[in-house]
Amino acid sequence: MTVPGIPGPAIAIEKLQFAYGNGPRVLDLPSLVIERGARVFLHGPSGCGKTTLLGILAGVLHATTGAVRVLGHDLMAMRGGQRDAFRAVHIGYVFQQFNLIPYLSAYDNIALPCRLDARRRARLGSTSLDSAITDVAEQLDIADLLQQQSTALSVGQQQRVAAARALLAAPDLVICDEPTSSLDTDRRDAFLALLAASVSRANATLLFVSHDASLGARFDTQLSLPQLNRAARLDAA
Amino acid sequence: MNLLLALAWRSLRNRPVTSILTVAAVALSITLLLGVEQARRGMRDSFTGTIRGTDLVVGARGGTLQLLLGSVFGIGSPTGSVPYATYEQWAKHPAIRWTVPLAIGDSHRGFRVIGTTPALFEFWRYRSAGRLELAEGTVIATDHDVVLGSEVAAKLGYALNSAVTVGHGLNAVAGLGDHETHPFTVVGILRQTFTPLDRALFVTLDGIEAMHQAGASEMGGAVGAMPGADVPPGAEPPPTAMPGAPSPPAMPGAAYVPPVNIFQDEPRALSAFLVGTKTRFETLRLQREINQFKTEPLTAVIPGVTLAELWRTLGAVEGGLRLVGALTIIVGLIGMLVALYSSLEARRREMAVLRAVGARPGMIVSLLVLESGLLTLLGCALGVALTLGGFAVAQSAIEARTGVHIAVQVPGPLEWMYIGVVLTAGVLVGLVPAWRAYRSSLADGLSPRL
Repeated sequence: MTVPGIPGPAIAIEKLQFAYGNGPRVLDLPSLVIERGARVFLHGPSGCGKTTLLGILAGVLHATTGAVRVLGHDLMAMRGGQRDAFRAVHIGYVFQQFNLIPYLSAYDNIALPCRLDARRRARLGSTSLDSAITDVAEQLDIADLLQQQSTALSVGQQQRVAAARALLAAPDLVICDEPTSSLDTDRRDAFLALLAASVSRANATLLFVSHDASLGARFDTQLSLPQLNRAARLDAA
Repeated sequence: MNLLLALAWRSLRNRPVTSILTVAAVALSITLLLGVEQARRGMRDSFTGTIRGTDLVVGARGGTLQLLLGSVFGIGSPTGSVPYATYEQWAKHPAIRWTVPLAIGDSHRGFRVIGTTPALFEFWRYRSAGRLELAEGTVIATDHDVVLGSEVAAKLGYALNSAVTVGHGLNAVAGLGDHETHPFTVVGILRQTFTPLDRALFVTLDGIEAMHQAGASEMGGAVGAMPGADVPPGAEPPPTAMPGAPSPPAMPGAAYVPPVNIFQDEPRALSAFLVGTKTRFETLRLQREINQFKTEPLTAVIPGVTLAELWRTLGAVEGGLRLVGALTIIVGLIGMLVALYSSLEARRREMAVLRAVGARPGMIVSLLVLESGLLTLLGCALGVALTLGGFAVAQSAIEARTGVHIAVQVPGPLEWMYIGVVLTAGVLVGLVPAWRAYRSSLADGLSPRL
């Protein structure tokens, strides 16, 4: 699903630089473009700035200089609150682990983005929130876990609940930060298959980040952050 | 907002132990603060409401507070005795509309016996100018009549026409008063007034006199022979005067211990008398006149003025209790601050997840402030319930022990102000962890450094 009136690639970065406070530069990206609908694998060992990059793309962190456009929106020109709203409406985010609010059920965790922002909820169209949650839960094979307290779920189940939350109400961009690193091989493969199927059904762009280069073959495009990030290369040198 | 409230509520329920302890701490401190206030208000209302319509209380020269408490409230002993002749002389004063003589000093099974006249039932007012009303029977007329306060009748199981034997002075405590000296018959029972009158028996002055004469003759004049006015209340009387009698039990405050017998030298003497004047202006002039009376050292007090002195004296104590209440509130809120603040470290992950699904930093602040607000609100509600429930339960025990009837009152403006201040403080306290969570969620972004 494209945003009406705002064309352009899913992600377009130019001359991005970022540093925490007055610290050293963590990111220095001359250019990064990801087309809409692409399923991209971004490889990077820990400490090369990938979580920082994802924070900038999600609008939680603000780049020091440069141009960042996500889904045609200029994040650099948006205020913090606007970026938060933008994230709520357009982006699904899956963490490495501990994705869920511990005191909510799986169902309530999945419903959270739609309850937080009415425009995300509006993307469901005429579908009710309840049936949308049931659908996405069935896709990810967690339909019978919905009423469980999230702390009662296994790590693999938690990651699938997190994926369901990220995919609910058709986000334009799904960002996964090492979502499989806490899973064993079997569970990881199952998770990746479910994720891939759900993302293509939702017509979303997928940005999948991992230190595990062996996962790259399952994606359309493979990128390497250490090669893109000049700050990392300077550090290494 | 509803979502935030639901999140805050579930988050608190997710940490039941700290939440319950925090609510309990706030509730107990509110209970202390409100309890002091309720007790203060209840005590004042009870004291002020006990005697109304009486312009002056006159007794032997002594402390004003002692005179008032001893003669009207049955606390301690009256200042001394007033010869009946002196009373009669003053009763004829042109500025005086009515008088009620009070002869206090005898007891019946732990309750005060008051010698008086029917005028007492006519002129004594309590609460909002309520008159004493008889639940049944009539007022006292002859020296064998006795009218009972409601509690006396209920506790001792007396009804109309029951025979009552009144003990004399100290002897009653020792149990000697049960001798058939001068029998009384119950002619009337008062309605409940929630004043010390509920715990008194009323007989005529003649009745008191007849009782003393009978008692003295039966005991062979032992009463007159006793060392007399120097015997403090509750002290063991000379064994010769009371063969085989048990020692007086030491029960301070549990029952009325008659003060020093005032009738040893003068068969007709009063402890005090109440005066109603014709005008307010006369009251002040009459008070001065009585206080300067040369023939007999007397003290006249205006009940309201003397009670105001009492409140001033108690003001420091009340201030201290209020300070203690305020400090416990602060301790309770600091407890909440510690609980919320120390939970933050473990909740950084939760904050990052909320941010990832689109929550603004302001929402994180609101969530924590809502949590502290909810805890404080629950604490306040529980505290109010504990205060009201506590007084409702303890009411009769307080009344039995202190004679003060504390009515359970809905919190007044002052109490609501306290609650408002505490609620505001609770929300403000929540801002501290909220600010810290705000800062760290901005700095952490989506990857809290765990």
